[in-house]
Amino acid sequence: MGVTLTILSLIVLIPLSAVALKASEQTFPEFLQAAFNERALTAYRLSFGAAFIAAIINGVFGVLTAWALIRYQFPFKSLVNGIIDLPFALPTAVAGIALATLYAPNGWIGALFAPAGIKIAYTPLGVVIALTFIGLPFVVRTLEPVMRDLAADVEEAAASLGANRFDTILRVILPALGPAWLTGIALAFARAVGEYGSVIFIAGNMPYKSEIAPLLITIELEQYDYAGAATIAVVMLAVSFLMLFVINAIQAWARRLGQ
Amino acid sequence: MTISIRSVEKTFGRYPALNGVSLEIADGELLALLGPSGSGKTTLLRVIAGLEFPEKGQILYGDQDMTYTSAAARRVGFVFQQYALFRHMTVAKNVAFGLDVRKGQAKPSKSEITARVDELLKLVELGELGKRYPAQLSGGQRQRVALARALAVNPSVLLLDEPFGALDATVRKSLRKELRRIHDATGVTTIFVTHDQEEALELADRVAILNKGAIEQVGAPHEVHDNPVGAFVCGFVGESNRFEGAVKGGRFQSADIALPAPGVTDGAAVAFVRPHELVVAPADQSNLNIVTERIAPQGAVVRVDGATASGQRIEAAFARQNAGDLQPGAKLSLAADRSYVFSA
Repeated sequence: MGVTLTILSLIVLIPLSAVALKASEQTFPEFLQAAFNERALTAYRLSFGAAFIAAIINGVFGVLTAWALIRYQFPFKSLVNGIIDLPFALPTAVAGIALATLYAPNGWIGALFAPAGIKIAYTPLGVVIALTFIGLPFVVRTLEPVMRDLAADVEEAAASLGANRFDTILRVILPALGPAWLTGIALAFARAVGEYGSVIFIAGNMPYKSEIAPLLITIELEQYDYAGAATIAVVMLAVSFLMLFVINAIQAWARRLGQ
Repeated sequence: MTISIRSVEKTFGRYPALNGVSLEIADGELLALLGPSGSGKTTLLRVIAGLEFPEKGQILYGDQDMTYTSAAARRVGFVFQQYALFRHMTVAKNVAFGLDVRKGQAKPSKSEITARVDELLKLVELGELGKRYPAQLSGGQRQRVALARALAVNPSVLLLDEPFGALDATVRKSLRKELRRIHDATGVTTIFVTHDQEEALELADRVAILNKGAIEQVGAPHEVHDNPVGAFVCGFVGESNRFEGAVKGGRFQSADIALPAPGVTDGAAVAFVRPHELVVAPADQSNLNIVTERIAPQGAVVRVDGATASGQRIEAAFARQNAGDLQPGAKLSLAADRSYVFSA
């Protein structure tokens, strides 16, 4: 207990309180100005908005990917299984550079969309793509154990009781996956909100347009505005706490339904 | 509902699971499909349920051909070894599921469903637990819920796949009696799969013994035990000592024992003697000599483990009062009251 608390304090709590302390060096109006000026608000909106969209996309494709991995046999399955984890392992800057190159107007994928006037890299759309990339494994890996548990016999039981396929999916499979699914989406969202490395290359980082909140912190640091950087950090921190609270609430709810 | 299975064949990849199985199940009968793992018993049950479809042959419910009808349309009650309950639903919701998913006219009213659920929970003696979730129940209680859920739809046939396999011995025994009681109360035709011969012999009206995707013998429990048709059934049902040898002129001879074998053709053969059909005999009338190793009194019987001169293991069981003074490590002369000999 004592050891856990000491380590937790050293590694997590003290740095976090230092951030809050730094932010409190300003007067309250200064704090509000630094936290909620137009540029910061745009950055939050992009960070949270893009993270939310990315989490939803991952929610849909994550459930399909996990289902395919659990239920079907196909060639190179273990390879695909490994690739899912790549966003966990890859240095985020590498992912960012790769994505930026691919989706730039002259890149392999970007070039396909350029004639239609759709720009992906250096726009909020690019941000969403980068955040989707890093979030997918969270949904897949959270769902997998639950799906594996949800043995095929539950579906067969529903079928033998006269349920059609639609009823089975709607009333048996999805409700059973629900808690894990929400947890996975929330984890993907939380990760995407804080993501930095893979986004900054593809985002273009134009103030008021494609600038994410973590980048804004870096920019303020480079301008020696430590209090301003800490202020934005405090806002992000508050939202992260809220997210973790929600995730834990979902998990507690899931536990109540039992193994 | 009578069920007719006619020359059903089913393969998984290149591995044949059912090799032309035919079986008639009478209305209201309680039948056990008994066999070792890989014998095809579960596959046969799933084919009857419509969870698998055969490549050849026919499945009839009454006189209606159901061979390629889906499970959903067959109105079967299926109970799985691992319960397969819907864990996000309460016990009552689980039981009601089969009625809840009915559409339009066929769907009973809310109050009818509630009444039916209450009645079934009473039948399986879970009257008070309707509001619980499956995670809050013991294994035995979960299997009762699964049974009630399967019965809710008034199934034409109740199918159970190793229903007691995941339960501990005490619960298994009481649930076995329970299933017999529920079967007698509802009269629904019931087929259950098991690899546990004790379960099959105690519970079923008739037992079908499967081996390698084919039925070896169908009969009442005492028939398959007392009059096995072949070496497989004899070795699988009940305990036995197995001897390999040869028959010549109506006598079986192995290294350790000589037995009468009337009507068995000459050649290689196997013989079986059940432990309780071995008796202690005076040396001159004995046809099996062993050295005892372990003497274990168990209730009314004494179980004796030993070995013959050639190293063959022998098990014998004597009534306690006839056992006399048995000592481990002593020589013991035995005679077989009854034996079974089959051509190999």
